[in-house]
Amino acid sequence: MAFISLCILAMLVLATVGAARPWFSHAHEVVHAGMALTCGAAAVAVLARLAANDSGVETLTLPIGLPWLHANLRLDALSAIFLLAVNLGGCLAAVFGWSYARHDAEPGRVLPVFPLFIAAMNLVLVADDAFVFLAAWEFMSLSSWLLVLATHREDETRRAAYVYLVMASFGTACLLLGFGILAGASGDYGFAAIRAHQLEPVPASFAVLLVLLGAGSKAGLVPLHVWLPLAHPAAPSHISALMSGVMTKVAIYGLMRVLFDLIGQPLWWWGAVLAVIGAVTAVVGVLHALMQDDIKKLLAYSTVENIGVIVIGLGLALVFKASGVPALAALAMTAAMLHVLNHSLFKSILFFSAGSILTATGERDLNQLGGLIHRMPATALFCLIGAAAISSLPPLNGFVAEWMLFQAVLNGPLLEQWELKIGFAVIGALLALSTALAAACFVRFYGIAFLGRARSARAEQAREVDPVMLTAIAVPAVLCLVIGVLPKLAISLIEPVNRLSVGEGMFDAGGHGGWVWLAPASAFGNSYSGFMMFMTILILTILAVYMIHRYASNRVRRSIPWGCGFTDPAPLGQYSASSFAQPIRRVFVSQLFGARDIVDMPAPGETRPARFELELRDPAWDWLFTPVVKLVGWIADKVDHLQFLTIRRYLTLMFLALVTLLVLVAVSQ
Amino acid sequence: MPSIHYDIAHMLGAVVLLMSFALLYQRRLSSIIQVFAAQSTVLAAAAAWQGYIQDAPHLYITALLALSMKAIVIPVALNRVIQKLRIERTVDTALGVGPTMIAGVSLVTLSILLVLPVTPDVTALTREDLALALSVVLLGLLTMITRRNAIGQVIGFMSLENGLILAAIGVEGMPLIVEMLVAFAVMVAFIIFGIFFFHIRERFDTLDLRTLEDFRGERR
Repeated sequence: MAFISLCILAMLVLATVGAARPWFSHAHEVVHAGMALTCGAAAVAVLARLAANDSGVETLTLPIGLPWLHANLRLDALSAIFLLAVNLGGCLAAVFGWSYARHDAEPGRVLPVFPLFIAAMNLVLVADDAFVFLAAWEFMSLSSWLLVLATHREDETRRAAYVYLVMASFGTACLLLGFGILAGASGDYGFAAIRAHQLEPVPASFAVLLVLLGAGSKAGLVPLHVWLPLAHPAAPSHISALMSGVMTKVAIYGLMRVLFDLIGQPLWWWGAVLAVIGAVTAVVGVLHALMQDDIKKLLAYSTVENIGVIVIGLGLALVFKASGVPALAALAMTAAMLHVLNHSLFKSILFFSAGSILTATGERDLNQLGGLIHRMPATALFCLIGAAAISSLPPLNGFVAEWMLFQAVLNGPLLEQWELKIGFAVIGALLALSTALAAACFVRFYGIAFLGRARSARAEQAREVDPVMLTAIAVPAVLCLVIGVLPKLAISLIEPVNRLSVGEGMFDAGGHGGWVWLAPASAFGNSYSGFMMFMTILILTILAVYMIHRYASNRVRRSIPWGCGFTDPAPLGQYSASSFAQPIRRVFVSQLFGARDIVDMPAPGETRPARFELELRDPAWDWLFTPVVKLVGWIADKVDHLQFLTIRRYLTLMFLALVTLLVLVAVSQ
Repeated sequence: MPSIHYDIAHMLGAVVLLMSFALLYQRRLSSIIQVFAAQSTVLAAAAAWQGYIQDAPHLYITALLALSMKAIVIPVALNRVIQKLRIERTVDTALGVGPTMIAGVSLVTLSILLVLPVTPDVTALTREDLALALSVVLLGLLTMITRRNAIGQVIGFMSLENGLILAAIGVEGMPLIVEMLVAFAVMVAFIIFGIFFFHIRERFDTLDLRTLEDFRGERR
């Protein structure tokens, strides 16, 4: 605990160093190296704690704040696993930023805020009372808002930052009210007091709703996701990786801290609501991701999808916990936690790759890329690992988490409620749909960006990025592979979290038995071995390569092609990002998002080019936010009249208010 | 406490309230000022009587202040303002007498309903007195919002303040300093209002606030 506090303090010091950049020429190096070391040290510290299977609790009271109200900090297993994700992500982002942020036009906008942002996220995770939690939460929101504004000269960024600020304020307000209900009439905002105080079902449900709104708006749950694909891509790429891969996890942490810890025994339907919202979020997020041409926007929408998957896991865990099946709750919780770690890893890879592509070509539009595998082979390799992992392909880590999640879904019929038995099947179907679509999405991302031929001159002249950036991409890629092949290593870290949140450590009877097979003797009977899968794939690949080289001739063959449709030498004849997505757009999206293809084909003889435009609408904007904005405008118009009343009218209003209150008092007596 | 003490105190309070009702339907400025002077006189008498029955000599000072300031100085000054501005005959259009009275009676009912249940353990005199005082305050507010003329509003404000004094004298042990401060505040308010009257008049040739509202472009 003391060590984590010291790390947070060190980050604050680094923030002041960043602020002193105009007078200190090495600020860039000091901040990035310092952040990498500090975050790395914090990550190693919590990793050691989790690896020792330590479910102890450390608390610390700092004499900061009001004289009678000190800041309470606490480190337990739940904080530790999220601290691991945050600090690992922070360390990688600092390494990547070392090179990446050198090309910034205005580094002074990012340098002081970057350490502040990570420090605030760390502080949220160790807060032990609602005051510290909310203050740190707001710090996190505002510092990330400043980071989004780093590119404030673009109109789109300003709009994104505005939407983000509104949503962040809304979220914090909801959280504030939620904690108010949780604290109850006693008004003790310490988490220990909240934990000790069991709420009635109705106020508890209100508290859950408010926390779901507050944390959900930060995590990007549909329909509160609209700010996320605007704000995350606007920041510099290493910050985007942090916001997408890590900050959304802090929001998940807030949700978990309340639902699995503070509130006591849950009601089963909270979990059901959570799972349904998660499923909708997953499908909507991935469909949006499939439609995007901007690589960073695509990745941001994919974050929405992954948050949906995590929330499904949490919802299932909550249902199983409330229904008294702790082993399955532990399974769903393990899946969710593993996905939290996984997503922070592969989203870092992918955003860093996007940053590398941006550095190398200056392009974010998929339709301007292509063929980068020849010019950026190392980036292409690591990005392939990230794309395969996020598409849940074995033997990588994404598959392990999704496999466990499906095992939990398939055990839905064990529950008593009929709505759950049927609902679990629907959620499983939506989960399967979103997983398949995610695979399609990343085939499109990888295929259009890295394969084929370059679609623009800038893509053709791309150069591989420098070794520092490559290191930052390579480390999470290796970790993805290691977790995928030996999932037991990561799962043993999650065991103390399970004990804390659902009251059961492991879901298989053997516990630590064996490191090759996952869940060999479990309640659900299935098992998986990443190692065997890896060996199988390896052996089959070697065999296939051998067979090809043995039996196929490597002589260059010349023949007159009849083309197979590839006779056009211009690279524009290739599949484009939009055309790749077209089948899915036609099937799923034309109804849901009102997608329209506008093809403007010139008549024969005309010299103007043909044009293709795609129109997409987000139903969340159409059905929720635009009406709300209109309503607020309408109310503001009406209330505006109050500015121009006569003094007599004002007195009358006050008088009426007074009389109304007095009547209320008289009636309530 | 002999019942005659209670009866007289109660009667004086009721007369103050009655004067508030009288204020509500007066239409000419000079009669409004006269009624206000009468109310203040009765208030002074009530204060003196309370001083006698509570054996609290400082209430005599309150009575003296009320009598001198509110029953004599302020009405005389307001009358001079009226004469200087030549608005003796001005009719201050209030809300219709009927609705105003109904509103006033409802407010009195409300105050009684409000005060009586929350004060079960104090003496009957204090309870009644508080109910009357609250009624006077509410009626003062009602007077303010039903008047269009600035002088009418000022009188409403001062009548409201009479209600506050009535409450203060009815409660035993209220220190003199509170009443002194209230009296001082009224004094300051009167001076400020007086200055404003002249400025408004100078600019708009009337004290009718509608002109002011038109000037500001307000909506009615």
